[in-house]
Amino acid sequence: MLLNQFLILGAILFCIGVYGVIARKNAVLVLMSIELILNSVNINLLAFSLRNGSTDGHTFALYVIAIAAAEVGVGLAMVLLMYRNRRSVGLDELSEMKG
Amino acid sequence: MFVQAAETAEKVVLTSGWFLEHAYIIPLIPAFAFLLIIFFGKRMPMKGSEFGIASMVGALVFSGGAAYQWIQRVNGAGEEAFIEPVVKSWTWWQNGGFSFGIGQHIDGLSLTILVVVAFISTLVQIYSTEYLHGDRRYTHFFASLTLFSAGMLNMVVAENMIQLILGWEIMGLCSFMLIGHWWEDGANSRAALKAFFTTRTGDIGLLVGTSVLFFAANDWTQKELGLSGFSIRGLSAWALSGTPGQTAITVGAVALFIACIGKSGQFPLHTWLPDAMAGPTPVSSLLHSSTMVVAGVFLVARLYPVFFEGMNILGTNVNFIVVIGGITIVIAAALAFVQTDIKKVLAYSTVSQLGYMMMGLGAGAWLPAVFHIFTHAFFKACLFLAAGSISHSASHHSFDMKKDMGGLRKFMPITFTTWVISTLALCGVFPFSGFFSKDEIIDNVGHNGYNLFMIVGLAGAFLTAAYMTRATYLTFFGEPRGASAGEHHDEGHGHDAHDSHDAHAHDAHGHDSHDSHDAHGHDDHASHGPRESGPLITIPLIILATLAIGSGLLNATPFGEKWENMKKWVEPRAVVVNVHGMAEPTGSHGEVKLAAGAVAAEEEGGHHASPCGSETPEGGVCYAPQLNHAPFKWAKGAMSVGIVFAGMILSWLLCVQLYARKNKALVGLTQRNKLLGAGYAFLANKYYLDHLYERVIVRSIAHPIARGAYWVNQNVLDGIVNGAGIGSRKIAGWVYRNVDQKVVDGAVNGAGNAAQGAGGALQPVQSGKVNQYGALLFGAAAIGALVLVIINT
Repeated sequence: MLLNQFLILGAILFCIGVYGVIARKNAVLVLMSIELILNSVNINLLAFSLRNGSTDGHTFALYVIAIAAAEVGVGLAMVLLMYRNRRSVGLDELSEMKG
Repeated sequence: MFVQAAETAEKVVLTSGWFLEHAYIIPLIPAFAFLLIIFFGKRMPMKGSEFGIASMVGALVFSGGAAYQWIQRVNGAGEEAFIEPVVKSWTWWQNGGFSFGIGQHIDGLSLTILVVVAFISTLVQIYSTEYLHGDRRYTHFFASLTLFSAGMLNMVVAENMIQLILGWEIMGLCSFMLIGHWWEDGANSRAALKAFFTTRTGDIGLLVGTSVLFFAANDWTQKELGLSGFSIRGLSAWALSGTPGQTAITVGAVALFIACIGKSGQFPLHTWLPDAMAGPTPVSSLLHSSTMVVAGVFLVARLYPVFFEGMNILGTNVNFIVVIGGITIVIAAALAFVQTDIKKVLAYSTVSQLGYMMMGLGAGAWLPAVFHIFTHAFFKACLFLAAGSISHSASHHSFDMKKDMGGLRKFMPITFTTWVISTLALCGVFPFSGFFSKDEIIDNVGHNGYNLFMIVGLAGAFLTAAYMTRATYLTFFGEPRGASAGEHHDEGHGHDAHDSHDAHAHDAHGHDSHDSHDAHGHDDHASHGPRESGPLITIPLIILATLAIGSGLLNATPFGEKWENMKKWVEPRAVVVNVHGMAEPTGSHGEVKLAAGAVAAEEEGGHHASPCGSETPEGGVCYAPQLNHAPFKWAKGAMSVGIVFAGMILSWLLCVQLYARKNKALVGLTQRNKLLGAGYAFLANKYYLDHLYERVIVRSIAHPIARGAYWVNQNVLDGIVNGAGIGSRKIAGWVYRNVDQKVVDGAVNGAGNAAQGAGGALQPVQSGKVNQYGALLFGAAAIGALVLVIINT
């Protein structure tokens, strides 16, 4: 059973994604990192679903994919607006939300 | 294989061959070529078109080989034996205990369409190399065109409904890309969107119908045949087995037919087809002859048993399909009269001809309808390519018959000849191919008891002859007008109606060759008068015109049984087939059934010789319902040809009066009124006569009908859509005023005030840095995970 390999792959993807979210300044790259995280979750779901012989995991993965598509659509629209207003997509310059 | 031919006295051994067994390769060739064009096309000497043409030729060779081996297979079998389709299936993917297959289902029907699609695609691609020469998205165009053919071929070879939907959707996507090929013009991209959304509306029916049929049929097909409920053979056998409940199969068939209405441009979803003329002419030709619009007709023909049982075809009442087909014939033919754009006339003509095919299928005339797909593909492709040839070489990229054409027969002899041949074929004049298919549809519709619809068919033939005569007259006779007469278009003209897209192509051409804006509209094409197109355009025209004459002979019913080759090769035989695993029939049972069928078929009409379609088959399954064929009578044929000629002559006389004489009278009148005053009563009277023709006869007969149809189109159908939009806006407004502003906002404001106090305490955490928030989030998640691990161990 390849379960371990799947889980390790998922964990690696997850870590890369977390690193990207924390360390990157470019908003597009942060969005891509979030996609990586979501997909690492998908891999875990599929791996366990394969092992348990049930299709629940497949179904969840499909939902995750759909939601990820919606999320990236909204995210890219925000990045685009940000670029139009500020001519930059750097997240470090974006701290108007400071309370 | 689970199914074998019924055991007759001498056991039938069906021959096969390499091409038949490997027909699934046919759609893969253009699909592969599509990838090649996308990745390497721009670097090739012919900008990728060589991949497209080579792949279509390859597909043509493969389908031709398969068709030849199929004919051998049929000839090797007995007269009454069931010719088993060559089916292959592999598992595509599995999920939740269901397995979805992909493969091939090759029989006479799919081979007919395969050959036609591959053939027309080849010619259209050759034609496009000349027509789109120098276009700015030339490579992209060929990529889309090749994928489009791949989609249609895939749909035709499809073994099951899932694979069929795959091809169907590829075509929807590619038609969107091709119609909007010159998307810089807003009208073109709007037309592309309209086509896409209208067909998508129908596609909902496809998904619903497929699901309904799957859940209704899957248990039966798995148990009896070991096939999935998506499989075309399984669904056909299930529909005719007498087991399905009437509700399930009717709902499934109606839902699938809605998809066909959308795709095949039937009333009331036909509105996208004329707008789809915004695409380049080769696209219109391919889209309207062999791919896309015949997809819907093909689906009905493919799953005919489902529609046969679901719609109760050949039952006592009229059914949904025949009504929709009949309405479409008349509505579309009437609309063709008020068009000035030559491509729109052809578009409405296609809609009308598709109505014939649907009406034929709805009235149990399966073979004539399929044969009409076959013949129609050749002459309609030829007509569109001829229209493209005119705009390319004579009318300076305009499609306006009244403004920019006329008198072209002298300048374009080849285009003119091929156009006339195809027009005669379309109208159904005797030795041309349209006669053998269209007349058979009308004849069989009447024979099966749908007398009203036979009259509709004959009326449609009359209208077809009349509007095609009008188009021919305006284009090729009289005096050259507008661009054909050598007038140059000013900048403004390029932006009205539907010739604007060609102005864009021109623009690109200008940029490429001269790299300056001054070149716009004054390059090679504009600098001379009308002339014949080059060989890359005329040779496809000649080939198609030859087939417009000759293809009817493949099923020439009037010449007797020996000429009915399509019937022998293509029509599935309504025979009870023994299935392993079912209750074995008693020794001689199958034989008796077959013998009875053979004897009864000898009798005239052969009405319900086989139990298929009328009662529950015993000891086996049926894959096709028993249909009747009307015996050909020369009197009927002569009558319909007479009606066609009446339409042509009447239309010709009217055209001469309206367009030729009115012009002279008008010009003369204005000049002489200015110069000599109102002294020429004779001329004025002549003008008065033309006025009478136009105002009284045409307005009172043709215009109200056509306008009425157009009005329904514009006001009623569009009104419903707009009404729905306005209604939902009003509801939204009310919700906003009452619910949103008063209830929700009140609650939100209250909560906000409460939160403000709490927020102050947590202020330092809100650094405003997104990355820091991310770090906090993941840190919290990590702590949560640690806690979980500790608790669980």
